[in-house]
Amino acid sequence: MAIFFEFVFNGAVLGIMYALVAVGFTLFFGVLDVIKFSHGDVLTLGAFSGLIAFLALQLVGLDLPFLGLIFVLLVACLVTGAIGAGIGQLFVIPMRNSSAFNILLMTLMIGTVIRESIRLFYPNGANPKAFPSLLPKTPIELGGVFLRLDSLILLALGFAVVFLTHWLIRHTKLGLAIRAVAQDGDTAQAMGIPFRRTVLATFALGSLLAGIAGVMHGIYYSEINFSVGLLLGIIGFSAAVVGGLGSIWGAIIGGFTFAALQTLWVVVFPDASGYRDVFAFAAIIIAMTIFPTGIIAERYSERV
Amino acid sequence: MNPLRVVSSVAIIAFAVVWTIVVLAAEEQWQVGAALAVAAVAIVAVSRMKAGAELASLLTDSGSWVVWTIPVAVVAIAVAIHEDHFQLMMLASVLIYGLACIGLTIQFGYAGVINFAGAAFFGVGGYTAAVMGSTGVPSLLILLAGGFMAALIGSIIILPVLRTQGHYAALITIAFGLLFRSFLEVNPALGGPQGLKVEGASVAGHSLLNGITFGSFEASFYLNYVLLALAAFTLFFLLARNLEKSWIGLNLDAVREDTVGASVFGINVAGWRIFAFVVGNFLIGVAGALFAMMQNFIAPSNFTFSDSLLMLSIIVLGGIGNLWAVLPAAILVVVFPEKLQGIGEYRILVFAILVVLFLRFRLAGLFPRAIRQFRREVGQ
Repeated sequence: MAIFFEFVFNGAVLGIMYALVAVGFTLFFGVLDVIKFSHGDVLTLGAFSGLIAFLALQLVGLDLPFLGLIFVLLVACLVTGAIGAGIGQLFVIPMRNSSAFNILLMTLMIGTVIRESIRLFYPNGANPKAFPSLLPKTPIELGGVFLRLDSLILLALGFAVVFLTHWLIRHTKLGLAIRAVAQDGDTAQAMGIPFRRTVLATFALGSLLAGIAGVMHGIYYSEINFSVGLLLGIIGFSAAVVGGLGSIWGAIIGGFTFAALQTLWVVVFPDASGYRDVFAFAAIIIAMTIFPTGIIAERYSERV
Repeated sequence: MNPLRVVSSVAIIAFAVVWTIVVLAAEEQWQVGAALAVAAVAIVAVSRMKAGAELASLLTDSGSWVVWTIPVAVVAIAVAIHEDHFQLMMLASVLIYGLACIGLTIQFGYAGVINFAGAAFFGVGGYTAAVMGSTGVPSLLILLAGGFMAALIGSIIILPVLRTQGHYAALITIAFGLLFRSFLEVNPALGGPQGLKVEGASVAGHSLLNGITFGSFEASFYLNYVLLALAAFTLFFLLARNLEKSWIGLNLDAVREDTVGASVFGINVAGWRIFAFVVGNFLIGVAGALFAMMQNFIAPSNFTFSDSLLMLSIIVLGGIGNLWAVLPAAILVVVFPEKLQGIGEYRILVFAILVVLFLRFRLAGLFPRAIRQFRREVGQ
């Protein structure tokens, strides 16, 4: 029973990371009806810029336990937010009226540019890099269940970020603008909402969520790899699709569903845990066959 | 037909042949760089001049005989470099990737069905060749079997693709591509990450490992693979070209351009999508089997998602839907990274940037597909 709870807990940490990526996809799709596939690689970039920030801190000689984490997160958010908005400004907005395939291929290629740049230009970038343990790994016992303190904090952090995003969308002026653009860009413009600025803000917001997810991923696995973004991007996209593109709660449910599937496979077939991803992708293909627009169907009336 | 027009077109093709020989045989970095610069100038000049337009219309509008230029040109190139293993292998690779890209053109260029798992279907063909190689089945049958396996798996993947649209359909092919690779890596029966050895091809009892000798003419055994790949490429090129020109091609164009409109006119949209996807995957599978036989060895790392993107780069750079553009674009994508040692490591980065710029600023590619001329086709 205790082992079962540990699996559930680890699955939940994975789930919240997937959910953060999926929320980004949902936001982009909400405001501009595009899929920005460079998202996963923006996540990798966030993790690497967090790593560089930590190394810079060490170089200066500052070794602060919690402030260090906040600094790393801030740098990661800044870099990914800027890159996300930049990709939106230079490539996605000018192309928004061309076919879905062109945008998809283009953003995939932009992601490839980011991925290859990390591999080639980060020192020894082709090999996995150790990620600093910014949080104490102290094991905690809760009624016979052993949990790692850092995972617990990550889970709380993830939920906090998700709720903050939800609050931002629901209760701020920017959120109102984002929701207006998502419903009808032209009418929103006619009402005096700056279209381009709102879209760019959404891109920055979604991308910095990926940056946070990247740092969380690094802390959780204690290492990062240049190619991690491709897989996480696809998982996040699948999660957003399964939850129904355009809905934040759908994205979160999708993220947890995906993590649950992976964890379930490892629990049920511990000998074949290598097939975890094969199973997860097969499950996506089957789920898409049965529910072509997501399990929670895409809602055209209200988005984000 | 205006004789002057034919002369200028033949001159351009002859120039392209000489240029390809120079590129393949180039030893020094500056030669490769100069060839690239010449190509850039030539492409801009030809596409601006009337001769370029005439060549394009000659290639698209003439009867099937015009396809003979491919074997004639490739044999000329192959004879010129007949002694060098590496150069011939690259020529064969260009033809093999070109064959796979004909498949992608039928899928995406004609019917508009997205396939982000090109390398996976290529791999299905390759692994079929690896598994069947030791059973003593004739090589040409193995090539067909590779195509059939890829088509078979494609016909399963097409079901979810048909039910979904746009982004969702793309996700399915991407998921399949990743699934295929991770399946190969964890599956010990197919060699795992180390891969499998593949039997070389033999045609009519003659192993292709024995080079052709002909008096004083002694060729590398890779010449055999060039000829085999050339035969397959030319055959399927001809079929694809006739397909495009026939009523089938017209239906595929209609399905791609306007799904609803096509179905209003009684075109079976789902049927044509299945047709294009399955036929395209067959070609990709044949190409994969041929590639595996030539390489003698395959591993999951040959069939990554990046390789799928590289194949798509070929058709996007060449010009989506233009069959003739596949060859020059394949030369650009396959040969140059090998030749320019400086960019070998950076090739995926360079092509990703190139494709992004093309999609952003020149969507039609280097050699845009010609618009269908109905009057002429009816008049023939």
